[in-house]
Amino acid sequence: MRISRRALMQAGAASAVLAPAVIRSAHAAGDPILVASMYDLSGGLEAAGKPMFDVLNFAVADMNAAGGLLGRPVKVISFDTQTNMQLYAQYAQEAALKDKVSVVHGGITSASREVIRPVLDRYKTLYFYDMPYEGGVCDRNIFIDGVTPAHNTQLLVEYGMKNWGKKVYTLAADYNYGQITSDWVRKYVKDGGGEVLGTEFFPLDATNFGSTISKIQAAKPDWIMTVLVGGGPISFYRQFHAAGLSGKIPIASTTFAGGGELSVLTPEESDGVIVAYNYIEGLDNPVNKDFLKRFKAKYGADYPPISDLTMASYQGMLLWAAGVKKAGTIDRMKLIEALESGISIDGPSGKVTIDPATHHCIFDVHLAKVQNKQLVLVETFPQRKPEDTAAVCNLIKNPREAKQYIIKVN
Amino acid sequence: MDLAIVVAIDFVYAIATLALISLGLAIVFGMMRIINLAHGEFMVMGSYSASVAIHHHVNIWIAILVVPPVTVAIIGAVIERLIIRQLYGRMVETMLATWGLSLFVVGALTMIFGDMTEGVPTPLPGITIGSYQTSGYSLFVIAMAAAAIIGVYAILRTSRLGLLARGTMQNAEMAAALGTDTSRIYAATFAFGAALAGFAGGILAPVSGVFPSIGGSYIGRAFITVIGGGAAPLVGTISASTLFGVISQIATFATNPVYGEVALLLSAIVLIRLLPQGITGRFFRGSL
Repeated sequence: MRISRRALMQAGAASAVLAPAVIRSAHAAGDPILVASMYDLSGGLEAAGKPMFDVLNFAVADMNAAGGLLGRPVKVISFDTQTNMQLYAQYAQEAALKDKVSVVHGGITSASREVIRPVLDRYKTLYFYDMPYEGGVCDRNIFIDGVTPAHNTQLLVEYGMKNWGKKVYTLAADYNYGQITSDWVRKYVKDGGGEVLGTEFFPLDATNFGSTISKIQAAKPDWIMTVLVGGGPISFYRQFHAAGLSGKIPIASTTFAGGGELSVLTPEESDGVIVAYNYIEGLDNPVNKDFLKRFKAKYGADYPPISDLTMASYQGMLLWAAGVKKAGTIDRMKLIEALESGISIDGPSGKVTIDPATHHCIFDVHLAKVQNKQLVLVETFPQRKPEDTAAVCNLIKNPREAKQYIIKVN
Repeated sequence: MDLAIVVAIDFVYAIATLALISLGLAIVFGMMRIINLAHGEFMVMGSYSASVAIHHHVNIWIAILVVPPVTVAIIGAVIERLIIRQLYGRMVETMLATWGLSLFVVGALTMIFGDMTEGVPTPLPGITIGSYQTSGYSLFVIAMAAAAIIGVYAILRTSRLGLLARGTMQNAEMAAALGTDTSRIYAATFAFGAALAGFAGGILAPVSGVFPSIGGSYIGRAFITVIGGGAAPLVGTISASTLFGVISQIATFATNPVYGEVALLLSAIVLIRLLPQGITGRFFRGSL
């Protein structure tokens, strides 16, 4: 039977058009599940970003060693956003549209989160923000496993007012996280009958705190609350110590030890600072001990202390994996519903549960003190709820919400 | 009364810091009219050399006062020979070349040292004034700034090199006709300015921390002070840093350091509008 050239070309064109459908289904079973990691690995915030990136890869290595997720290997696509907002926006689009990842774990500053959250919403890509932050995000596409003001700021203020006094001076980073958190500080201080004597804001590269220290002395607070972010403000603690004030005016901080302060400052400069986090490296439970043993075996025994931010990345990956296993698929809506069905994991920081109404976490919060370049546990507050976000956000009632609520304090 | 002393120290400290970071640029730009956009990076290299020296257990005073100027002077001499020498008289090209150099230095430092903030501890204890505490290191910075100014004056006024440098800057052809090797003088003056930048970087390392991108926070203030000062390098630097230091400190005390910087920049704009040649274009003419 003679096949004409025209018939042959038509058949060839038809099969070329239809082939991808056939080929894709043939390959789907072994395709890797793509996870995008979007952290600052340079440019000023890499002291936070690099460890988060390391634990994310460590969690993925664990998953792949156990046979992958749903029988498929997990692959990390890494973006170094270089502490540059433009790159965050660009890479979020790339991850969602070009690489078509199934989840993005990323964003360090709240500013970067608010840049990529609408992008990932628009392109329907699941987003995990694994960082302490100022609370209030109400968006069904995002899951947040970091401490919020109701988790830790409230505890710090109550501790300070009970142990040190009612007059507070606040130093905060000059962007949305610092500004909103300092409002929360003012609220909690007022609730406790105290007074915030002054609030000063500093950009991420501010290094000149001499006049601030003189002003603090003139105002005579009982203690100082620092909400400082960035490589520059580490010199505040140094200059504070140089003025001989370390230990004379106590400091509580919502961010200390998250940005490498423990490695850079000497014990005299950092001893005595009080922090409150979901995770501190010294927690004494078997899951944590096992994690530290295996992680340090892989990355070196002199790895800087694992901070709460780093652990949030790790636990974020575990939560996502638990959701995937429960849903049995990486389809976004089914995965979101699975994550909303009350998923819990036993992480190195204790039991972590996702709260369905807010997509934030219920977990233990540990108050700790800096001593000799380590965090030493002072008190544990078990299973604290994200009350601040829960007061304004209910995604079960309003599943179409996608905004951040900002507290108003007079 | 005690508070007044502490505040006064803060004011003088602000003036001294401005003077310290601008002095090297005043020599290079004020005398040689070279727009060195890598001046901030020279300072950062001074800070890093101090930090490296301290981590190798060099005595802290040598690490802060001796190692940075020497290191950066050598680097400055090399850069002058390789880059600046080809571009004398061409202002825009020098700007471009030194801008590229600053990016290169930031990248190189990031590659070598990583991007984390290094720690250089403050070697001096706090000082108690009445019921207030102030940093002993602030007084040290003030003393070093004064020493640098006096040292520059001494070298330019009394030494032979200073005489040759001033003569070459005033009229290079005449100086060459009288037998000086002008290219050597240029190289030495640039290295001297670089050494001053390194000196400032070493002194300020314990105060502001050492990380690669901190040069950017120095360069703006340095240029504003030098241009506001005008043609005379020494008197111009002193007068401009006094004026801008006082204004920015008043604004800082009234509000916060961010507005202090804004006040400094606004006052610079006003100054240049009123005195386009800088302060020493109108007052203190003919001085050093």
